[in-house]
Amino acid sequence: MTRRQQLKNTHYERRVYRYRVAISIVFVVVMTSILIARYGQLQIADYNIYKTHSDRNRIQLLPIAPKRGLIFDRNGVLLAENIPSYTLTVVKERVESLDETLAIIGELVALEEDDIEQFRKRLTRRRPYEAVPLKFRVSEDEIAKIAVNRYRIPGVEIDAQLVRHYPHGELFAHVLGYVGRISERELDEIDPVNYSGTHHIGKIGLEKYYEELLHGTVGYQNVESNAHGRILRVLERHDPQPGGDIHLSVDAYVQQVAFEALEGQRGAIVAMDPRTGGIIAMVSTPSYDANLFVNGISSTDYNALQNDPDLPLYNRALQGQYPPASTIKPIWGLAGLHYGMVTPTTRVSDPGWFSLPNDSRRYRDWKRGGHGASVNLEQAIVQSCDVYFYELAYKLGIDRLHDFGVRFGLGVPTGIDNTNERSGILPSRAWKEEVRNSHWYPGETISVGIGQGFMLATPLQLAVATSVIASRGELRAPRLLASVDGEKVVAPLLGRMDDVPDAYWDAITQSMEEVVAGSQGTARGLKAGLTYRMAAKTGTAQVVGIAAGEKYDSSAMKKRNWDHALFVAFAPAEDPKIAVSVVIENGEHGGSVAGPAARKVFEAFLIGEPKTVPPSMDITPEVWVDE
Amino acid sequence: MNNSDFVRQLPGSNRSISSQRTISQRLRIDIPLLVLLLILSGVGLVVLYSASDGSMATVLRQGRYLSVAFVVMILVAQLHPEQLQRWAPFAYIVCVGLLLAVDFVGVGAKGAQRWLGVGGFRFQPSEIAKLVMPMAVAWYLSTHPLPPGFRHTFISLALIFIPTGLIVIQPDLGTSILIATSGIFVLFLAGISWGFIFSCFGLLAMMAYPMWEFVLHDYQRQRILTMLSPESDKLGAGWNIIQSKTAIGSGGFEGKGWLLGTQSHLDFLPESHTDFIIAVLAEEFGLRGVLLLLLLYGLIVSRGLWIASQAKQCFGRLLGGSIILTFFVYVFVNMGMVSGLLPVVGVPLPLVSQGGTSLVTLLVGFGILMGICADERLVHQ
Repeated sequence: MTRRQQLKNTHYERRVYRYRVAISIVFVVVMTSILIARYGQLQIADYNIYKTHSDRNRIQLLPIAPKRGLIFDRNGVLLAENIPSYTLTVVKERVESLDETLAIIGELVALEEDDIEQFRKRLTRRRPYEAVPLKFRVSEDEIAKIAVNRYRIPGVEIDAQLVRHYPHGELFAHVLGYVGRISERELDEIDPVNYSGTHHIGKIGLEKYYEELLHGTVGYQNVESNAHGRILRVLERHDPQPGGDIHLSVDAYVQQVAFEALEGQRGAIVAMDPRTGGIIAMVSTPSYDANLFVNGISSTDYNALQNDPDLPLYNRALQGQYPPASTIKPIWGLAGLHYGMVTPTTRVSDPGWFSLPNDSRRYRDWKRGGHGASVNLEQAIVQSCDVYFYELAYKLGIDRLHDFGVRFGLGVPTGIDNTNERSGILPSRAWKEEVRNSHWYPGETISVGIGQGFMLATPLQLAVATSVIASRGELRAPRLLASVDGEKVVAPLLGRMDDVPDAYWDAITQSMEEVVAGSQGTARGLKAGLTYRMAAKTGTAQVVGIAAGEKYDSSAMKKRNWDHALFVAFAPAEDPKIAVSVVIENGEHGGSVAGPAARKVFEAFLIGEPKTVPPSMDITPEVWVDE
Repeated sequence: MNNSDFVRQLPGSNRSISSQRTISQRLRIDIPLLVLLLILSGVGLVVLYSASDGSMATVLRQGRYLSVAFVVMILVAQLHPEQLQRWAPFAYIVCVGLLLAVDFVGVGAKGAQRWLGVGGFRFQPSEIAKLVMPMAVAWYLSTHPLPPGFRHTFISLALIFIPTGLIVIQPDLGTSILIATSGIFVLFLAGISWGFIFSCFGLLAMMAYPMWEFVLHDYQRQRILTMLSPESDKLGAGWNIIQSKTAIGSGGFEGKGWLLGTQSHLDFLPESHTDFIIAVLAEEFGLRGVLLLLLLYGLIVSRGLWIASQAKQCFGRLLGGSIILTFFVYVFVNMGMVSGLLPVVGVPLPLVSQGGTSLVTLLVGFGILMGICADERLVHQ
């Protein structure tokens, strides 16, 4: 560096500085212009976009779940209601340490491994700031404990909502079914808008069948909320439309009597009004407490129900398929009259067995030695003579039996307003071709003659068929629902047998009355003290085949292989108001085991004023939500 | 009035020869700049009142900080540029020492060590560096003929690099860039050659990739990615920028009205008192408000540059110019980051954002600026 350069030229330096400041001013102006352009772009050009963003930020459309419709029995007894239930929820964004918070909550309320596991699962598929349920059905005590410790656990809230409650517990489980939390699969099927505020849906039974009716229509409100999702004010509100309140034709008192009549047994009772098709009682035992399912049943409880050898979850009234056995005889007898194969006076000789022409195989009567040399139709029904019906079935042939049986609702679902109904089997040539892929053999017709062989029917079908006899040919689809919000519902008439003359109905009804009233009747044990006329038929269905030459000996068999006891009846015989079918698994004797249950049901329904029952379980909610 | 009043004024007449100076000259302050700064502070308090949801306590606390800062500004204005020039090298050494101390024994939050605790009192040495950096570079350059040759440029860059590097490893990338900028402005104003400037830009462009790979921390990279595409992480890192853009944009030209901004009052806008306060202003006062604010800043910068160029001493000119240009860069970076032009770095909006320390640093800068040319203006008159 030279000396000249070392000298400072103040004037030159000042000029350079001024020049550089001028450039700096240009820099400042350019940068400021960029800022103005940017803010102009956001605030003028894109104003509408950001205005919308801002409104969407603060205004939320919140669904308001409709109140689910209540369910009453025919006398106004409440069968399904909505009670407040408290749920412990956690908003993850507002929690400092999730593990710590869970530990604190664990000290305050009983938290199971299962709860935490489910909670963590729910956490993975939630929206931000969404309150995720940790524990359902929190008690008042637990709420108080949480409230006191709230400062320690920010982000933990108690959420109150109305949930289904069945005050009669297991009594109506097989009629009503239950609601449960909406599953992933159901989410795809339901209307996402209408269910946006709803957590529960009918899973099975009446609750599922009338889901649309009971659910109602969702309401909504526009709310202004802050970034943490806290609602500050409601801008607009459209009330939801509550679900319809429904009245059933079921009589809770009769239901309870029927349920108690089957106590300790496996079986089903269906009682139906033959005039309307209305179901009066429908019981399947053992039953279960439907309330367990409402907020998700624990795996312990579920396994206990699932592994119970008595199958409490199985609705025997709709799903149980049993051989109708001798209870089918009045119908076949009517078929014989209708098709002119027999008259009321036609007599058959019963040596204790029947065999087809040119066939050595003997079809035995249940009574060793038979019912005598001369048995007419009435005697055949009253004493339940098998040989008479073997011969009649042979004469009628399977085609006529099938055609006639269909008119009593056999072999097809009855169309009851409930779920999972099974159709039973009314065998025919076509059926055998299709299912068994084989020809019909005449011997198989013989078994059908006494309601055995391939033939199967549900207790509901037996009640429907009995109603057809009681109403002299009117086939109705059974109905649980009687009225919605006060408006009556009529069961559709599916068929009417005008081609069968009254004289034939009289003959059959007369014979069925003699089953109880006659000295030879298989249900004569029910006669004592009867204040009305009852028409009935007993039945005993074989569970295991008894080989020819062997003897049925219950004492030598496991109880599970004992015969099923069946009983169908209607009353009063001259003006039928109720028809009943009873099936008791492994009950052995239709007349003495199933018969008394039917009589109790008749008496509960026919005698005295209609009665109501108190809830069998005392679960009275402590707090009512104002609706 | 009585006689005694008259009597007392008599000795004053003696002094009046030396004090034909106005009060402002005696206090060594620039009245137009002071007024502009006070107006800006007033605007800041009005916006802060809204941003804090009408918390008078917050406004009063900020008012106290402002009072203290303005007093400190006036005190600093009493220093003569020669004194500052003499202290500059020592201040630089002390500052580097403190920055080293931060890196070794500093305390921090969120993974960054920025604070130094001395007997219960915590402070950020990087705040000191904001002022010491331009002082040191101005000191070095003013002792040599300008424009600086290659050797002096290189030594100046070294002076800039040492504190910058120490702050980068705290890590505090935003502050380090701003501090480096204040040093580079001194170099620029000193007249370094354009060739050198352009080659530096070229070098920076080449360094960009290795910087990205090896120097930037994950969260810093994330911030840059977020700025480029905030939608990619709506509820995480992108949340702040989406919400601030929404606040600004939804203000429109006229704004939603004071205290009526929904984005800020319903807590959608993060950091609404501090770094993001411009979004509150933009939402409530609209583009009109933004333009008025920019006008205020523009006036302050113009006045500052004018004052700086009045300085007779090279040191004062360089220091004053750098201080006011850095002030503008703060404004630009803050408004740029809130509106999504720049990545989010923690830079407050000068005199508007809530805060104590940074306010004092800022007004100390203005005090230095005023002090630099107080003597020169006297001479002019």
